Amino acid sequence: MRYTILCYHNEEITSSWTEAEDAEVIENLKAVNRKWAKNFEPIVRLMPTTTATTLRKSENIVTDGPFAETKEQLLGFYVVDVDSYEVAVQIAREMAEANPGGAYELRPIALYYPNGEAIEDAPTP
Amino acid sequence: MPQPPEPDWIEARLVGARPRAVAALLRYFRDLDLAEEAFQEASLRALKSWPKNGPPRDAASWLIMVGRNAAIDHKRKQARLTGLPDEAVISDREDTEPDLAERLDAADYRDDILRLLFVCCHPDLPAIQQIALALRIVSGLPMPRIAAAFLIGERAMEQRITRAKARIAKADIPFETPGPVERAERFAVVAAMIYLVFNEGYTDANPTSERAKLCDEAIRLARLMLRLFPAEPEMMGLLALMLLQHSRQKARFDAAGAPVLLDDQDRSLWNQHQIAEALAMIDKAMLHRQPGPYQIQAAIAALHARAERQEDTDWAGINELYEALERHAPSPVVTLNRSVAIWKLHGAAAALEMIAPLAEPLDGYFYFHGVRGNLLERLGRNSEARDAFGRAIALANTPAEAAHIRQHLDQLEGERTTGKP
Repeated sequence: MRYTILCYHNEEITSSWTEAEDAEVIENLKAVNRKWAKNFEPIVRLMPTTTATTLRKSENIVTDGPFAETKEQLLGFYVVDVDSYEVAVQIAREMAEANPGGAYELRPIALYYPNGEAIEDAPTP
Repeated sequence: MPQPPEPDWIEARLVGARPRAVAALLRYFRDLDLAEEAFQEASLRALKSWPKNGPPRDAASWLIMVGRNAAIDHKRKQARLTGLPDEAVISDREDTEPDLAERLDAADYRDDILRLLFVCCHPDLPAIQQIALALRIVSGLPMPRIAAAFLIGERAMEQRITRAKARIAKADIPFETPGPVERAERFAVVAAMIYLVFNEGYTDANPTSERAKLCDEAIRLARLMLRLFPAEPEMMGLLALMLLQHSRQKARFDAAGAPVLLDDQDRSLWNQHQIAEALAMIDKAMLHRQPGPYQIQAAIAALHARAERQEDTDWAGINELYEALERHAPSPVVTLNRSVAIWKLHGAAAALEMIAPLAEPLDGYFYFHGVRGNLLERLGRNSEARDAFGRAIALANTPAEAAHIRQHLDQLEGERTTGKP
């Protein structure tokens, strides 16, 4: 069985972390990643919500910022590799035509390890 | 029963909630000192209450309510010498939060924070006082850190901030919700102030100094503004610009603290995470098709960031962007910057010709004489170059700038003694 583990935190707090504090958190996480190395598949760190845009499918409009409604639930996600934001938006629009209703949030990826190689990046303890 | 949070976790929450809480308290009290005191009182109570009762769902709302009640009680006590109510009554989060949930919708508090920042940018205040005030009031930096950032004594900084607050107290701050035009004006003023904070930190060679940390603080403020006003392409541009400039922090100075020019920097030291975020931000801003000076400057910085080697730089693209910047925000400094692209594209003679008309408006500007000396030196006009560098060194703003020009002069001196013109 595959599971996703979705990460939530208060951005007011995480954006106040210094580079060193951030690195410490990542190091702590890598220890867990290493322990479960054969179970980890993609590891993704998203950029801050300030980089997000949201396509509201029924109105077909793109607004800045993350998807903030609470009535809809997260049902899935895609990872696309494109040359520009505009292309990502175009793909989302075409998917919206195929599957109207709800919304797509587009968020650039900061770190992407398709097979959990993040673990190998870590210095050996 | 919730787990008692770690003390540094509480600290992080207080720092995170501060701008929103102080901004709302300013709206209630219309007095900066009172708002700050109320926030401090609420923070003290949080330190006592949160480990015991668990953290509130919304830290800012809790702090606003507790701070407001504490300040009101304090006023009452001063006026009538009546006792304070039991702390449990005012700090019980079950009571306070539903009440605040209605009041604190996003539209409300984003204008509160914009106002708080705008108040700090009062035009009567010199730039340094504006920045110091914003760092104290909005970011909540402790006085010793602000004083250290501006390289002055703590007492002197305290006096400056007190004077700045007194000036603001006399000014009429409009507390009604701003209209679109006024909001846009405030936004521009606040963006300029955030960039000033960044530039203060940018000139410091030591990345761990209090002064250099101002760059992080400016980036944090821009992120805060964007979370509140997500559809502002110029704020996206400003954040991208600062991220790109900050990404070179480790490469901009050599071990001795002397500045390293962009051409000579070790590009492997550039922070690729910051560059990636900035590029995504510019991309997103461009979806708006409302270019402005920050977006264009960010796009210029992005072309530098995209070049893996100095010789890969897209100078034609940079030249075009500077032309766009000359249209949006004409200034002799922009033209001077464009001359570097012209030099790379068409040679030093063309660049020298281009900057000739700037001699008068930029006569007192360090970089003009530095660039001019450089171009003259490349054209072999050494005695004119020496004169230009001489002017530059007299106008240098920092010892590092002076040292850099001194190198050129020494070089020219060496050539003169070995018989070159």
